[in-house]
Amino acid sequence: MSFLTIENLEKSFGANRVVKDFDLSVEKGEFISLLGPSGCGKTTVLRMVAGFETPSSGIIRIDGQEVVRLKPNQRNIGMVFQAYALFPNLTVAQNVGFGLKVKGTPKSEIDTRVAEMLDLIGLSDLGGRYPFQLSGGQQQRVALARALAPRPQVLLLDEPLSALDAKIRVSLRNEIREIQRRLGITTIFVTHDQEEALSMSDRVVVMHEGIADQVGTPFEIYNAPATRFVANFVGTLNTLEARVLDPASGRVTLGQTEIALNRPLPGPTATLGLRPEMVSLGRGTHDTALSGTITEVDFLGSVIRLRADLGGQSLAFDTFNTNRIAPPKVGDRVELGIDAGDLLVIEG
Amino acid sequence: MKKFAAWAILLLGVTYFVLPLIGMTEFSLSMRRGEYSFDAYAKVLADPQFRQTFGYSVIMSLMTIAVGVLLVVPTAFWVQLRLPQIRPLIEFITLLPLVIPAIVTVFGYIRLYNTSSWLPLTGSLWGTNFLLLMGYSTLSLPYMYRAVDTGLRAIDVRTLTEAAQSLGAGWVLILARVIMPNVLVAVLSGAFVTFAIVMGEFTMAALLNRPAFGPYLQLMGANKAYEPFALAVIAFAITWACMGLFQLVTRFSKHTKAAG
Repeated sequence: MSFLTIENLEKSFGANRVVKDFDLSVEKGEFISLLGPSGCGKTTVLRMVAGFETPSSGIIRIDGQEVVRLKPNQRNIGMVFQAYALFPNLTVAQNVGFGLKVKGTPKSEIDTRVAEMLDLIGLSDLGGRYPFQLSGGQQQRVALARALAPRPQVLLLDEPLSALDAKIRVSLRNEIREIQRRLGITTIFVTHDQEEALSMSDRVVVMHEGIADQVGTPFEIYNAPATRFVANFVGTLNTLEARVLDPASGRVTLGQTEIALNRPLPGPTATLGLRPEMVSLGRGTHDTALSGTITEVDFLGSVIRLRADLGGQSLAFDTFNTNRIAPPKVGDRVELGIDAGDLLVIEG
Repeated sequence: MKKFAAWAILLLGVTYFVLPLIGMTEFSLSMRRGEYSFDAYAKVLADPQFRQTFGYSVIMSLMTIAVGVLLVVPTAFWVQLRLPQIRPLIEFITLLPLVIPAIVTVFGYIRLYNTSSWLPLTGSLWGTNFLLLMGYSTLSLPYMYRAVDTGLRAIDVRTLTEAAQSLGAGWVLILARVIMPNVLVAVLSGAFVTFAIVMGEFTMAALLNRPAFGPYLQLMGANKAYEPFALAVIAFAITWACMGLFQLVTRFSKHTKAAG
């Protein structure tokens, strides 16, 4: 049995159903990300697990115990908020020790645990400072230490990196993942940033309009999106309309090129998805060649993003910058190499 | 030229406010013919009625502040956290004491709680003091509520509350350890205004026949020449001391330094 189980979870605000029939099983020590655009219901799910929202229906179990009826302060859950939420009137050490003090832990034990937590986040020297004397990244690390100090069963992270600048965000996300691995704590992380979700998680839940569209490893989510929404939301994806020649064997034509997909297709037309990095300039070792005209060239430094017109359909693709070969210019006719196996058939 | 005009206006304003105070102070020191003295102050301070009424009003002020804090802080906190939609209604209710004259309120009290009513509060000293305390709390409500509400709006009440809840804290602990310390400066500003209002309040205390400082001021004003001015200077000094104390508390409140 999974450590954290969510079954048929529903939440409505008036007539607005924000979470619909949501199911999720999380193993002990697993790091799960809820990924989706604003308003998809990911934070609402997290808040229901924390106890800040009451589900309209459904079950939430932590370590076999039903928690929906428990108050937030009875759930033994640690939470880190986007806005840090450190208590301004308490020092760093007092903030970290707050949960232990509430539990009635002896002072000597609190001091030991606080020192241990500050050491964990690398802020041992700053215990006497007030939150306003810390940078954003430091404040969020203190918030993490505070959430972890009372040894919660589950750690919930509500977009904890969103308020930080890009550089700190990357270093802190590595730090959070490292600490999570070291402590082996079951973690649910809410984010709208796909890079964060893909780089940190054991599994990702892509949410869309209150529904979990797909649950899978970052590799599965990226390479085998289950729905059109997941395909479009995670990464950059070219969508191409193909004419189906043989539905049974999956033979289609894309522009002037005939391609065998070797899988059954439903209708007279099919929507195919292709990641830009799966396309190369020139056929090379690929099994299929498409011809097109360059319509756009964006020089991004190490990478050049190009766009080609394939007889009415637009295809974006990337090529590495090298000083030996000049990139094609707008209007150039080019041959593009792809593998039929990289084409995704998009449903839904 | 613009700078000169600004200074001129400032000087005019300062003169308008300070000149009467200087006149008042000068007069309060002129009891002894031909020389300045503190005779009026000595007389006032030696008057047992002064000590009694002043002491009574100070105690009533502190009790009013306590009632105000206990009533307003949890109410404003709950409105901010769970019932933001009723904020206009609460604001309207807290503004009523500014619209309804104190004399109307106190006549209402006397009519409702007189000795022949079902709750004869005016029949005992304890009951009358309680009525006066409630009256004072009502009068201070607009100032106390606004001060606390402003303080609460300056902090992220919802997130701080949820953070404390997730760490195992209950409502009482959240209010005492998280919310109150962070709105302390706002509460103090409301408390000092309340103190000043109660110390000078006349209508309610006089009509409920309680020995408060306000009616004593009026009594002295009607019967003596120099003493009322000495009392007025003392009252000003108390108000300024309150304001100074407030500034001091704000300055020494460590965690609010960031805002400064």
